[in-house]
Amino acid sequence: MKLRTRVTAALALVAGLALSACTGSPSSGETVTLHIVGFAVPEAANKAIAAEWQKTPEGRNVRFETSYGASGDQSRAVVNGLKADYVHFSVTSDVTRLVDAGLVDESWDDGWNKGIVSSSIVVLAVRPGNPKNIQDWDDLIQPGIEIVTPNPASSGAARWNALAAWGQVIANGGTEEEATEYLRKLFANVVSLPGSGRDATTSFLSGTGDVLLAYENEVILATQNGEELDWVIPETTMLIENPGAVLKDAHPKATEWLTFVLSPAGQRQFALKGFRPIIDGVDLSGIEGVKDPNNPFPEVKNLLTVEKDFESWEALSKKFFDDENGIVVKVIAESGKAAQ
Amino acid sequence: MSVATTAGPRPETGADPRRPAADSGAGYPLTRASGLGLGVAMLWFSLLVLIPLAAVIVAATGAGWSRFWQTITNEQTAAAIRLTVGTALLVTVVNVVMGTVIAWVLVRDRFPGQRVLEMLIDIPFALPTIVAGLVLLSLYGPKSPLGINVANTRAAVFLAFLFVTLPFVVRAVQPVLAELDREAEEAAASLGASRFTIFRRIILPSITPAIAAGAALSFARGVSEYGSLVLLSGNLPHKTEVTSVRILSAIENDNLEGAAAVATVLLVISLIVIVTVDVLQRRLVRRG
Repeated sequence: MKLRTRVTAALALVAGLALSACTGSPSSGETVTLHIVGFAVPEAANKAIAAEWQKTPEGRNVRFETSYGASGDQSRAVVNGLKADYVHFSVTSDVTRLVDAGLVDESWDDGWNKGIVSSSIVVLAVRPGNPKNIQDWDDLIQPGIEIVTPNPASSGAARWNALAAWGQVIANGGTEEEATEYLRKLFANVVSLPGSGRDATTSFLSGTGDVLLAYENEVILATQNGEELDWVIPETTMLIENPGAVLKDAHPKATEWLTFVLSPAGQRQFALKGFRPIIDGVDLSGIEGVKDPNNPFPEVKNLLTVEKDFESWEALSKKFFDDENGIVVKVIAESGKAAQ
Repeated sequence: MSVATTAGPRPETGADPRRPAADSGAGYPLTRASGLGLGVAMLWFSLLVLIPLAAVIVAATGAGWSRFWQTITNEQTAAAIRLTVGTALLVTVVNVVMGTVIAWVLVRDRFPGQRVLEMLIDIPFALPTIVAGLVLLSLYGPKSPLGINVANTRAAVFLAFLFVTLPFVVRAVQPVLAELDREAEEAAASLGASRFTIFRRIILPSITPAIAAGAALSFARGVSEYGSLVLLSGNLPHKTEVTSVRILSAIENDNLEGAAAVATVLLVISLIVIVTVDVLQRRLVRRG
C-alpha cells in the first residue's frame, strides 16, 4: 500500500516534470500568492477560474488570497492600503480611482479588451409567468407597475440600470428631454431603492414589486439557486462591462492570471455563472439556469455601450450621477417629493 | 466608517500614566493607582471615541463652511434627518413606556416561560442587523404570513427602530427595579397610599435615572440604524430614506466631506437629546 503510494507519487512527479519541461516554465516549487480584490458578484466565477488555472503549468504554484465586497468599498479599501495584485470591479470609475491614486498604470485600458474582463446586460426580471405582461421599457412606466431597482446614488453598480433606461429612449430617436422625462416616469413607479444589487434581488424575491431592474448574470444565478423568477430581455438594453486591472507593483504572475481570465477557458467559467463572455469561441454548453440552454445568451437587437452611447465613464458620471446636478440624482430626488 | 481613518490630530494623552494628576486642581489628589486608572481610561477613550469623532468633525469642515451648510440643507438630506430624528424620538417614547412595563413584568411577576422571555429580550442585540432586516421583511413585507405589509413605508422605519432598540430601556430598568426596597412600598400601602401613588411617589423616582439612561441609548441607537431597515424601508427619498443611507450615498460618490457633515449633524442632535434627557431626569428625581 505504502509502496503503491510512493510509486504513484513518483510517477506524478515525473509526469509533472515532463509536462513543465514541455512548456518550458520553471518547475521550482516556490509558491506565489496573488491577492484578488473584487466586487461580490463574480466571486464564484473567479474561484472557478482560479481552480482551472491552477491545473495549468503557469498557475500551478499560485495561491490566492481574496477579498470581495461592494465595488466602491473595495476600491476605496485598496486606495487605503488593502493589498491587491489584481482588482475586478463593477464599474470603471472604481478602477479610475486607483489610477488617480497612482496604484494602477494609466495604460490599463489600452489593451484589446479595453480593460473589460466580464460582461452582462440589463434585463427586466418579472414574476413567474410574467403576469403583468412586461415586454419592453414602455411597459414599465404604465400606471400601477411597481419597480424595484438598486439605488444609483448608493450603489455604483445600479448605475447601469439608469443608463439603460435613459439610453434606450435616445437610441430609439428620442431627445434628451424625452429621455429625462422617461426616467421621471420610471422612478415615479419605483417602490423600493435598496442599497445594492443583491439587496434589490432579495427585496424582489421577498415579494416587493412587479419588475426588478437586474443584470442577466444575477437572474441566472438566482435561477441556479432555485429562486422562482422570470426575465425579459428588452429590444434595446445596456451592455454591462466590468473592468479588471493588474496593479503597478503586482507580482508578475498577476499579468499571467489576467491573460488566463481573458482566455476561452477563463471566460467559460464566467459563462457558467451567467456572465456573457467578452470573446467569441467560448464553449457555452451546459450552462444552468438559462432559459434556452442551446442559446444561453440571446442576441440583443440594439445593444448600448458606454463607449458608443455615453462617451466615457468620466463623462457620464458627471452628467448623470453628480451629487448635485446629475440627471439621475435630480430625477430621484424629485420623484420622492412628487410622491408626497 | 471610513472617514474615521483620515488622520486626526495627534492624541493628547495629557495624563501621563506614571504621574499622578496632582495638579488637576479639583482638590482631590489622586493616588498612584487611581492616577494610572484615569490615564488608562482617558487614553482608551481618546483612541476609541474622541479622536475618531474629532476626525469626523475636521473632515466635515474640510471643504469650508459654505459647503458644509449646503450639504446639510440639501432638501433630500434635510428630509432624511427629519425622518430619522423624528422616528428615533417617537420610538424612544414608546420604549420608555413599553420597556418599563416589560422590565416590571420580568422583575415583579412570576409566570411560565419567564426565563425564556428574559433571554429573548437580548436577541435584537445579538442578531446582525441585516439578518434582522431579512426577518422583518419576511414577517412584515409583501409576503407577510400575518397579513401585515409595511414594506417601503415610514412604518417600516419605525418598526425597524423599535426592533433594534427594544432591549435598552428594559435592560437599564430591570436591575434597578430588582434592587428596590419593597419595605418602603409596603409602608406606603399600610398608610393608605393607592397603588398609583406608590408607583408615582416611590418607585418612579428610583427608576427614573435608569429609564433616562435607557432612553438616551435607545435614541442614539435608532438614529444610527442602517442594516435592519435597508431591505424593508425601500430607501425612497423624501419618504423612507434615513440619514445613514444618505451618508452611504455620499461615500459612494467619494464625497467624504459630505458624509462627515451629515454625521456631524447627527452627532450634535444626539448630544442635545442625551443632555436634555439627563436634565429632565434630574428635575424629575428632585421633584419626586
